[in-house]
Amino acid sequence: MTHSPRVLVLAGGLSHERDVSLRSGRRVAEALRSANVDVSVHDVDADLLPALSQTRPDVVWPLLHGASGEDGSIRDVLDLLDVPYVGTGPRASRIAWSKPVAKSVVARAGLDTPDYVTLPQSLFRELGAQAVMAAVVDKLGLPLVVKPSRGGSALGVSLVRSATDLPQAMVSCFAYGDVALIERAVEGIEVAASVVETSEGLRALPAVEIVTEGPYDYDARYNPGRTEYFAPARLTSAQAEAVGATAIAAHEALGLRHISRTDLILQPDGTIQFLEVNVAPGMTETSLLPQAVVASGWALPALYKSVVENALPAPASVV
Amino acid sequence: MTPPTPSTPGTRLDPWFGAYAMRAHNMRASEVRALFAVVNRPEVVSLAGGMPYLEGLPLESIAASMERLIATHGTTALQYGSGQGHEALREQILEVMKLEGIDAHPDDVVVTTGSQQALDLVTRIFIDPGDVIVAEAPSYVGALGVFRSYQADVVHVPLDEHGLIPEALEETLTSLAAQGRRVKLLYTIPNFHNPAGVTLSLERRPRILEIARRHGVLVVEDNPYGLLGFGSEPLEAMRATDGDGVLYLGSFSKTFAPGFRVGWVVAPHAVREKLVLASESAILCPSNASQMAISTYLETSDWKAQIKAFQVLYRERRDAMVGALAEHMPDASWTVPDGGFYTWVKLPEGLDSKSMLPRAVTGRVAYVPGTAFFADGTGGDHMRLSYCFPTPDRIREGVRRLASVVNAERELVEIFGTTAHLDDVTDTDNPGPDLV
Repeated sequence: MTHSPRVLVLAGGLSHERDVSLRSGRRVAEALRSANVDVSVHDVDADLLPALSQTRPDVVWPLLHGASGEDGSIRDVLDLLDVPYVGTGPRASRIAWSKPVAKSVVARAGLDTPDYVTLPQSLFRELGAQAVMAAVVDKLGLPLVVKPSRGGSALGVSLVRSATDLPQAMVSCFAYGDVALIERAVEGIEVAASVVETSEGLRALPAVEIVTEGPYDYDARYNPGRTEYFAPARLTSAQAEAVGATAIAAHEALGLRHISRTDLILQPDGTIQFLEVNVAPGMTETSLLPQAVVASGWALPALYKSVVENALPAPASVV
Repeated sequence: MTPPTPSTPGTRLDPWFGAYAMRAHNMRASEVRALFAVVNRPEVVSLAGGMPYLEGLPLESIAASMERLIATHGTTALQYGSGQGHEALREQILEVMKLEGIDAHPDDVVVTTGSQQALDLVTRIFIDPGDVIVAEAPSYVGALGVFRSYQADVVHVPLDEHGLIPEALEETLTSLAAQGRRVKLLYTIPNFHNPAGVTLSLERRPRILEIARRHGVLVVEDNPYGLLGFGSEPLEAMRATDGDGVLYLGSFSKTFAPGFRVGWVVAPHAVREKLVLASESAILCPSNASQMAISTYLETSDWKAQIKAFQVLYRERRDAMVGALAEHMPDASWTVPDGGFYTWVKLPEGLDSKSMLPRAVTGRVAYVPGTAFFADGTGGDHMRLSYCFPTPDRIREGVRRLASVVNAERELVEIFGTTAHLDDVTDTDNPGPDLV
């Protein structure tokens, strides 16, 4: 008889995305329980380490979005404690968490990514905001996307179509962090391509196409009805294969592990532009990775269980 | 070219997307509301919540009395009750209201599930879409949400340190009448206003009532904080001098405990009859168990002494708040409330409290942006700070953190010349029940 792993799902934390994380955690825990996995859910607080030492889970699944959940620090602690966990290790998490660093890494690996600049708030003070913003518009053109260099759920993200809207976009961005990524907005089909690692190896799930009337902002992501999703995306076989290959290439170039979601734009000329990657993708009712799982023919409980089992250290996987 | 893969139809993840009523279309997922998810973490000093400090209550004695209640009257307490409310409690409510000069009959009182339900009922029976409700600027966020849900058009009238300004009310009502607008209600919080912290002066009260009467506007007097003054005896309620033109809303949520969800409305006979019918269609009856628990509390405890204890406790916290503001945020200005839970802070020039909220959360302090208290999304130059729940030391620490956030935001303003962040107004930007 196979021993069912005991899983501790980490959800909550103190980031701006706490609410989303709590929802992701509940959803994953619910799915794992329906696959007869012994699951508990824990917040990141002063009780966590005692709980880890007391309950000694077989594996931890960090479903913390933003800040310590994705910047590698919680994963550093799990490594220190020799606790196996689902997902990418700390060093690669840190790289993926920084959007400009991730873009430069995947660009070196040969992927396309929109032109961008990364600018800290302090620079605007030192050089004069108007001059810097004029130089940005002059170099990258319009429209632009302004986003915090670190963060998720589209918090602090603005689409800028007019130079006069840029100051407000910068202010919204800097409310969430001190460094802004400003990139050229690219037109095309917006898709999310998820990658999972199971006992069958690394595989790209069908891409999910995102169609919104406005920007794919916080409301569009978490308010059912605002966004229309196509899973799988309405792509040719060749396009679908290329998108999947791009997601796997990004996953591997960044040294990611077990699970990731890469956000891409498929341009009319066939170019696939890398936007960003997530080491702790959203798992809520409206999130993209779960839709991709269902589109692939997997049931969520079965796939999540498989991901968990794959994250177990080899000796513990056979009982 | 390879043909497209067999495509499945798109999904909006909500099969009922096309079925919602128009009034649901404004219900969105809100970044602001999501940010409030952290405020109950101990690392964060929340100056956002309007939660009374329940540790100040004699909890063991309340527990014992609730146990006795169920043991001795369980079959009544756990049964359906009257749509108008438990009669014994309605009589006791008269005793509570006597402290503010209201002389009424138990039949005048309709018990509700918190005064929030009273607001809902009043709005439901009076407001058609497009009708105007006049309210102070700013006004209670929970009321604005109700008004919006019934598609009322809220017109704000300014207040100052003495409360709603009669001249401004006169001008607004005259102007609306000239436009042919139908003004149904004047919604006001005369005592220790939420969020402004100010109190309508006794001198202004008859003038406000006279103006409303002359314009044929019914006054909704929302008074959850009236007994929580820090100085003299409770002020005379507006309802005390005008039984026909005022609907009075009361609550045990601030003077006792919000968990029971018991409030009430006092209304003239004809209005009351409709309120009872509307309430029965909504909830059948308010919770008998809650009403009887409060009735027992009022009967067996020295509730007036408890209110005095709360007054002392909240006064100390108010002092901590305004002292810390003076020390750490001298460039801001704020009201100094004579009671209640809140101070209303005007930020230094150019700052926007809604834009600043993510930075505050990063800085481990929370407040409610001023935009929540205006129907039109303005008010970003203010924030509401609550002193009711955190201890004085936590209040001082919270204000110290807030000052750092304000300073960082001020730098942004200096760099970019703007922080204004005007979005469409939605109910979902509003804080949740523990924060309103």
